[in-house]
Amino acid sequence: MQQTSETFLENASEAIKDAGKAQRRDILAQFMPPVRDAAINNFENFEALRQHVKKVQQHSLDNLDHYLAQFEQESVRNGNQVHFARDGDEFNSIVLDICQQHSARRIAKGKSMVTEETGLNDFLQRANLDVMETDLGEYIIQQAGETPSHIVGPALHKSAAEIRELFLEKHDLGPRELAETADLVGEARGVLREHFLNAEVGIIGANALIAENGYSMLVTNEGNGDLCANLPRILIICTTMDRVLPRAEDATAMLRLLVRSATGQPQTCYTSYYSGPRREHDTDGPLETHIVLLDNKRSDILASDYHEMLQCIRCGACLNHCPVYASVGGHAYGWVYPGPMGSILTPLLTSLEQSVALPNACTSCGRCAEVCPTDIPLPDLLRDLRHEEAMEKLSSRPWRQGMKMHAWLLRHPRLYHALTAIGIPILHLLGRKRGSFSRLPMADGWTSQRDFPAPQGKTFMQLYKARNKASRTRADD
Amino acid sequence: MNKQHLDNTPPKGLRVSLFVTCLADLFRPSVAFASIKLLEQAGCEVTVPLQQTCCGQPTYNTGDYESTIPLARQVIETLEPADYVVAPSGSCAGMICHHYPRLLEGEWRDRALQLAAKTFELTTFLSDIAHIKLNGRVPVKLPTVTYHDSCAGLRELGIKDQPRKLLKELCDTQVTELQQTEVCCGFGGTFCVKMPEISGKMVSDKLNNALATNAKILAGGDLGCLLNIAGRATRQGENIEVRHVAELLCGDLDGPAIGEGK
Repeated sequence: MQQTSETFLENASEAIKDAGKAQRRDILAQFMPPVRDAAINNFENFEALRQHVKKVQQHSLDNLDHYLAQFEQESVRNGNQVHFARDGDEFNSIVLDICQQHSARRIAKGKSMVTEETGLNDFLQRANLDVMETDLGEYIIQQAGETPSHIVGPALHKSAAEIRELFLEKHDLGPRELAETADLVGEARGVLREHFLNAEVGIIGANALIAENGYSMLVTNEGNGDLCANLPRILIICTTMDRVLPRAEDATAMLRLLVRSATGQPQTCYTSYYSGPRREHDTDGPLETHIVLLDNKRSDILASDYHEMLQCIRCGACLNHCPVYASVGGHAYGWVYPGPMGSILTPLLTSLEQSVALPNACTSCGRCAEVCPTDIPLPDLLRDLRHEEAMEKLSSRPWRQGMKMHAWLLRHPRLYHALTAIGIPILHLLGRKRGSFSRLPMADGWTSQRDFPAPQGKTFMQLYKARNKASRTRADD
Repeated sequence: MNKQHLDNTPPKGLRVSLFVTCLADLFRPSVAFASIKLLEQAGCEVTVPLQQTCCGQPTYNTGDYESTIPLARQVIETLEPADYVVAPSGSCAGMICHHYPRLLEGEWRDRALQLAAKTFELTTFLSDIAHIKLNGRVPVKLPTVTYHDSCAGLRELGIKDQPRKLLKELCDTQVTELQQTEVCCGFGGTFCVKMPEISGKMVSDKLNNALATNAKILAGGDLGCLLNIAGRATRQGENIEVRHVAELLCGDLDGPAIGEGK
């Protein structure tokens, strides 16, 4: 996927100007938080479970080598083949090799952000494979030639009218109305059903890997994951190595946080555990199963000060609660993962240089950390990335020097008070009539969007010192 | 950090150092004077350490930790002799309470934690520690007031009920709540100048939600947010007064509101 994080500000500007999409984002931003809150408030002791899961995750990540080895051993015992991929290219090649070994042409694919990260679809399509996304949202954006704007609801940026137009154009099904949303869903279901039945390979993601039994866990609301996993002859599970949890009960504990945080449901419509290929007495299921585990710099993240980011369970709550995400939408971030979690993952998984705007797309309002089900200190990590930006001198020289000068002045109180005692009253005099400035030199960033309120008069320090002097004089008299 | 349990008796005669905050010092001294008046009304002895400048949020949030560390140490040295430190800003108090300990190490971290334990945002201190009372003063009747919950105060320090309770008790005023009150106004320190268009969209949403209440006054506890919202209000020519809650609690409504002409 072509990364456009470098032009974040331009992307954002375009997004803000698109009134239709902006309105849908506003609706979503008002709709999702209360839905999530209701689910959390109806749940006894969410905070305790949150802390518990966080501890389990940290233990698991601290002992990742052990649990990964255990997962591999158990899942191989169940008949799976396990593959490790260092980066996206290796990952895509492994998946393509499996498809080609079976001379597969048609692939039914479930939703997976990991495969978005590696650009798997493009890679397989270039090798002449027919890959069809089967999650409704993913199917819509695949047909539209777009990328996900949200990690849970990939097509949330599209209106029903746009989807109707898209289906009428892409599906050769003759004249029809598609007046209701249900008609759209019905049509997609019909098209997808055909593909499920003909696909030779199914590809799905995983929400957790369970070390003690070698199972992969997946949640969906549409059941498409199960059709991908059970109808084709070959199943490939695509995920990352940091999804491993020690026990089945850990995965279910995590699940209770995940679903409430993502959609406000107590649980998704489908929760599936995939053990391995069809056994002798089984009547259905894939004949061969592969689990492909991507690293792609996650080992580096684990060893870094950003290791808490590996606790992210991809619920999307931080997106739904982020006022910047609500203002600009997912595409503005220019890569796979948007919002607060994406503004941390993108620099870590690609490069800070390419995506330096993203950690700055944050007001430190803290709403993301408040709702994060695994208690990741997202604003702190974003600020730490800005620290790296400062250390690596990625921001402009005048900006950096301005900040340094500002800090230097603040460390010299007498000089600071003397200078502000001159500057502030002048600013007051210039602005007192109107009370604010519509333009000020070197303050375009501020005044392009709002007036600059004029100071009230003298500085507090001036007034306070004068007041103390006056009362001392009175006392002396 | 929950400090509410620390002390529930009115600390009569306790020494409070006012941390003025740079924005009140430069743009709105009336906020600091109102804070002094309120603290004295609550029976505190207020001093203003003259070496203070700014808590360092601008450099800290921009990622320049190296410039912020000496500033944080300076603030600690300036404020630590006090029994209590009170700031008319949730974000500056939050900086001292939560971010200094994160930024500093060793002995300085210990000193930061000690300072954090006795540092409070103004409305929290007045309401939960000093238990301010009217003491026979007639409550100032205010026009309709809506309230913006500033993010750092709300999420780092749990400031939500305190200003509302004080407005009720001291001004007999019930806040008319605005929609999405807990959503950021788009100020975010340097964010608003780095990403003006996004910030503009956010402050416009905030202002529209405030206007929808038909309140005459939008109050808040953080001047950064208030300067941002007031600037947008005058830009759009909206008729809403933006004021710091300390001014309201004092009944100090004579001067122009933020960004308002004479």
